[in-house]
Amino acid sequence: MTATAPTAEPSADQPLLDLLSGFISELRNAGLPVSLTENLDAMEAVTHIPLEDREAFKSALGATLVKNHAHWRAFEVVFEVYFSLRGPEYSIMDAGQSGDPIADDADEADMAGDGQTGGGGGGMSALTPEQLAEMLFKALMNGDDAMLRALARQAVMRFAGMEPGRPVGGTYYLYRTLRNLDLDGMLDRLMEAARDEAPNELTRLEEHLERDEFQDRLDRLKQEIEAEIRRRLVADRGAEAMAKTLRKPLPEDVDFMHASREELANLRKAIYPLTRKLAVRLARKRRHGRKGPLDFRSTMRHSLSYGGVPAEPKFRFPRPAKPEIMVVADISGSVAAFARFTLHLVYAISSQFSKVRSFVFIDGLDEVTGFFEGVEDIGEAVHRVNTEADVVWVDGHSDYGHAFGVFWEKYGKDVGPKTTVLVLGDARNNYHASQSWILKEVQHRARKVFWLNPEPKAYWDTGDSIVGEYGTWCESVHEVRNLRQLEGFVEKLV
Amino acid sequence: MTDHRFADVSGVRKALSDAKYLADEGTAGIVYLADRLGKPVLVEGPAGTGKTQLAKSVAEITGARLIRLQCYEGLDESKALYEWNYKKQLLRIQAEGDSSTWSDVEEDLFSEEFLLTRPLLEAIRAEEPVVLLVDEVDRVEVETEALLLEILSEYQVSIPELGTVEAHQVPLVFLTSNGTRELSEALKRRCLYLYIDYPDLEREREIVSAKVPGVDDNLADQVARIVRSIRQLDLKKDPSVSETLDWARTLVLLGIDQIDAQTATDTVNVLLKYRTDIDKVVKEFADNPAELTDTSA
Repeated sequence: MTATAPTAEPSADQPLLDLLSGFISELRNAGLPVSLTENLDAMEAVTHIPLEDREAFKSALGATLVKNHAHWRAFEVVFEVYFSLRGPEYSIMDAGQSGDPIADDADEADMAGDGQTGGGGGGMSALTPEQLAEMLFKALMNGDDAMLRALARQAVMRFAGMEPGRPVGGTYYLYRTLRNLDLDGMLDRLMEAARDEAPNELTRLEEHLERDEFQDRLDRLKQEIEAEIRRRLVADRGAEAMAKTLRKPLPEDVDFMHASREELANLRKAIYPLTRKLAVRLARKRRHGRKGPLDFRSTMRHSLSYGGVPAEPKFRFPRPAKPEIMVVADISGSVAAFARFTLHLVYAISSQFSKVRSFVFIDGLDEVTGFFEGVEDIGEAVHRVNTEADVVWVDGHSDYGHAFGVFWEKYGKDVGPKTTVLVLGDARNNYHASQSWILKEVQHRARKVFWLNPEPKAYWDTGDSIVGEYGTWCESVHEVRNLRQLEGFVEKLV
Repeated sequence: MTDHRFADVSGVRKALSDAKYLADEGTAGIVYLADRLGKPVLVEGPAGTGKTQLAKSVAEITGARLIRLQCYEGLDESKALYEWNYKKQLLRIQAEGDSSTWSDVEEDLFSEEFLLTRPLLEAIRAEEPVVLLVDEVDRVEVETEALLLEILSEYQVSIPELGTVEAHQVPLVFLTSNGTRELSEALKRRCLYLYIDYPDLEREREIVSAKVPGVDDNLADQVARIVRSIRQLDLKKDPSVSETLDWARTLVLLGIDQIDAQTATDTVNVLLKYRTDIDKVVKEFADNPAELTDTSA
């Protein structure tokens, strides 16, 4: 592998050092907490490993710089950008006359082992799309990694339609390439072939296993295509520019309201360990708080062993009252994801509260406490809330005023001095009546009322948002845009 | 730090696999770096992926003694570092009578004779090579973590009455964590970080082949593939590597060489420990009882 990164910019006498400091400052830009000592460790670590081994290089940097597994994805992206394979064969301009550079690509021939792929790649540009699809099908069927790699490259050159100098992040190119390859159809074809090949009919189990195997290969192909596009973009526009475009927020910083589908999936994965950690931390705090009052009897009892001198004061275990929680959540389209995560988090730590009741609304309001009772899988319950709750009254556009009205009428009497009320929503009322007197009444009766708003502070009270008016009757209004802020708030609440 | 334990990364990997620990490239590389940089390794990952075993295997291949500190809530200095043997100190005072001066006695009382070493101090004072394993470090309180810091960065322990005990040799240190809480920045900063995830298909198959006596390649392959498919479902607790091994052993004991849906559902309780998970898997792989019966090959 002659094309390893450190050869990229041999401007100073220490090109590697320069490249590494650029790399580390980009990591910091992406939000990873890299301290000075870790920086030095990384510098030292790389002197101990052979630079031509790219994987070892990556894991050495990872071990010294990334101390949280959730940050690994972000690290990988930056690493790929800064230390991608480079060379003339990756330039976008090649796309037309692609035959030669592939054939003599040392890396590729190395991977293929027998050089067969190199030759195949050279001839690939002459193939018709049907032949290409056929080759892809065969490669997937046999799990031929080297071939897949060559095909991924060919597909990118052929279908992505990359233009030099265009400031895009590559998602668009990926989409174009995948659309032309039709991988879903490919999966069906593969399954078909697997069924034909088997001596007997496939059982459900076998079918499942085959499908997972093919899915795995397809995922690898997809990754390869993504990497190929990234390599070309980096070759075209340079590492720093690309790092900026490709920068992905860490899972705890992803904005609820603007998360992509993939980011939401990652968030769902992140929320489970997060709730577990939070629950452990809260339980511990409860047990170890040394704020209990003096236990006079116990102190006297223990003083006997010191000859009646109360040398060792004993304290009662603190028993802080557990608050009762009422969650009132807007689940209309724009803020649904936010409500989902908050409900999930609140129920995951429900042992910290004496009672949790939840209500959801759009323009009508419905109690959903029942969905969570006796359910082990909170995610499932949250899903049911979104699909089954009866929350539409007239037109399915948020109407906070009416929803509060229903709440006050039906459940207002249940709000007591122990109750903490959480209202979740962006307070975009579609210019309906605000009915904010209800919130005032609720505040009178309840222990505390909090409002959590998933919108950035700058947008509050713009357009049809009337969070300021409601906020007057709340203990405080919090901006909660990502998991980090949500976790912070919930911890304070308990 | 003059002589290193390992020559290169592939050497580490080879030695580990000889000790029946099949490390991937990253794991071996980090063990190698830990030796070269003289830094502790913080190992995180799901339960049952071989975090503790890694430390044991490294001890085995380097021929070092393994000193283990099992962490738990309420672990304190006297259990982790050292303690004065005050009973013996009392006896010493009583045996003295009034013949000698106080300063002699005092000097005597706080000498090594009355020191009880606990795992951390023991690892520092050891003359022979040792591997120190601090297991499940996420179980101690944040304040107790601070106990570890001096050892991890300087390889020394300060005892007020005695002075500072420095290590004769830099021990290899492994800390494991199941990630039930976030460890402090100070601790993380001093360590190399290694995340051991569930192995990929290839490696899991090798692990099953290496660890389960009497398993043939075909069965190992099936086991690994089924486990991979199960892990892709959305379960409460994914099957760990150790559970995979248990399952493979069960199948070998039962004399099964071809896994069909029937055997899989019959023995899946070795692999999964939650009722809801088992139901989900059974539903996914064999919801049709008719299919259960006609699959025997």
